[in-house]
Amino acid sequence: MTPDLQKRAAPWLHVAALAAIWAALIAAPFWMPLFGGYTALGSRVLVLGLAAMSLNFLLGFTGVLSFGHAAWFGLGAYGAGFVLKWAVLSSPVAVIAGTLFGGIVGALLGMLLVRRRGVYFAMVTIAFGQVFYYIAFQWSSVTGGDDGLRGFERQPLDFGAFRVDLLHDDRAFYYFALVCFAIAVTLMAFILRSPFGRTMIAIRENERRARFLGIPIEFHIWAAFSLSCFFMAFAGALYALLNNFADPRVFHYSLSGDFVIMAVMGGMRTFWGPLLGAIVFVVLQDYISSVTVNWMSFIGMLIVLIVLFFPRGILGLVERRTA
Amino acid sequence: MSTLEVKSLTKRFGSLVAVRDVSMTVAKGELRAVIGPNGAGKTTFFNLVSGFFAPTSGSILFEGRDVAGFSAHERVGMGMARTFQITEIFPELTVFENVRIAAEVAAGYRLRPWLSRADTAELRRRVEETLALAGLTGKANRLVGELAHGDQRAAEIAMALALKPRLLLLDEPTAGMGDQETYEITQLVRRLHKDGNLTIVLIEHDMRVVFHLADRITVLDQGTFLAEGTPQEIATNDAVQTAYLGKAA
Repeated sequence: MTPDLQKRAAPWLHVAALAAIWAALIAAPFWMPLFGGYTALGSRVLVLGLAAMSLNFLLGFTGVLSFGHAAWFGLGAYGAGFVLKWAVLSSPVAVIAGTLFGGIVGALLGMLLVRRRGVYFAMVTIAFGQVFYYIAFQWSSVTGGDDGLRGFERQPLDFGAFRVDLLHDDRAFYYFALVCFAIAVTLMAFILRSPFGRTMIAIRENERRARFLGIPIEFHIWAAFSLSCFFMAFAGALYALLNNFADPRVFHYSLSGDFVIMAVMGGMRTFWGPLLGAIVFVVLQDYISSVTVNWMSFIGMLIVLIVLFFPRGILGLVERRTA
Repeated sequence: MSTLEVKSLTKRFGSLVAVRDVSMTVAKGELRAVIGPNGAGKTTFFNLVSGFFAPTSGSILFEGRDVAGFSAHERVGMGMARTFQITEIFPELTVFENVRIAAEVAAGYRLRPWLSRADTAELRRRVEETLALAGLTGKANRLVGELAHGDQRAAEIAMALALKPRLLLLDEPTAGMGDQETYEITQLVRRLHKDGNLTIVLIEHDMRVVFHLADRITVLDQGTFLAEGTPQEIATNDAVQTAYLGKAA
């Protein structure tokens, strides 16, 4: 289920950990209230966690840092919003359309990126993100400008015999998001375990060696980048449904930075680390921001502590102990 | 047909001429050593042949085919594999995983979303065979980054072998090794050459290794061709004596 690097722990431990993760996610709407959580917060964790895992698909497993991944997240969100507002009243169609919109644009622009490395790559990705931010900000007639894209609602799932009301039933939406999350992360894990996934890890580990094993590096980085964009746009489309709203900040580099923080904090060399990072980030944000507007300074301190003392992230530390 | 034919190869970096008008022909099944003092252009020569950078002028023919239009990874696909002076491996992966990536790419699986059971078993067999050849069977599940230097070099050679090359370029395989490790790598290269009948071009500083292994030796000095011949001819060549061996002795 998860890539090679994580299978060094005993197999039973691996299976037990996976079972625990999924059990906790499935049961979340029932145990979260005991700790002061609420279902919509759980949905937010899932969606942002999926985004962080999508970024980490590129950052942690190909070794390429994008600082503008909010661009594809935002395109997914606006894409889904456009469909619900103007085209088709269907949540699944909106999610699929948003995913394709952000993914395809990401894949096309990715072709311009793959020859850049390191800081230069990161800078160009930031620039792309900001371009979309300003488009969304300025083109009011289409995007709603600074007020954001409004006037759409997630639609019930219609299975013929019965309907699932995603809009008014928070639990129903949580489970819809969880199914989407499960599909996406299963696919990610599947890709990372494939020969293609192993070439990604090879590029991360040593680009020169990978090239001289006969791997066309630029093409493989582009492919990994594009897949990451599709996953990111998928998360973004879910985000639009979660909020029934999309505003230009979904493109902003500060959100891209949040995703990087979640991945690094949770452990970017691990598959599940970014989800853990997203849980910590979102829950702290929710809790501390209700106490003080300066919540970001507390998150900042936490990041400094983690980077100083657990450079492999929270989960990286746990895995090293159990390995 | 010769495996490698290099004609008047020249590489300039600005005003520095790293390789100047070097020609050589390596026959199939031959083990050729390329020697020369520091700065002789040996590694640059390898980088040109393997496609790390493009020559300023001259041509490189691999099995009769001009490789000018082929990028580094395409030359690997054509059957050229190389190792580096400073070991290039995937340090956080196990020895087995390192070699498996090479074997998968060589088998043309690099874009495959999955492998059948039969493919996986065949791949495993091939990797184990390669590890056995390189003497790494007992260390298959160790992280390469944690191995001793000599074993890391052997792992790098194993990765190159997993590519099933018809030309193997080894850049100082015994660099930085103790006597025992040097002996083991020398024996490995000898087995590949004698038993595997593999064509090998080798850059080496250790003259014991060179004279023990090489069929023929090419001497470079300050980027230019100085001499070529059998180990006996090179050992008694006056020009080589003055330029290189003379200084060392």
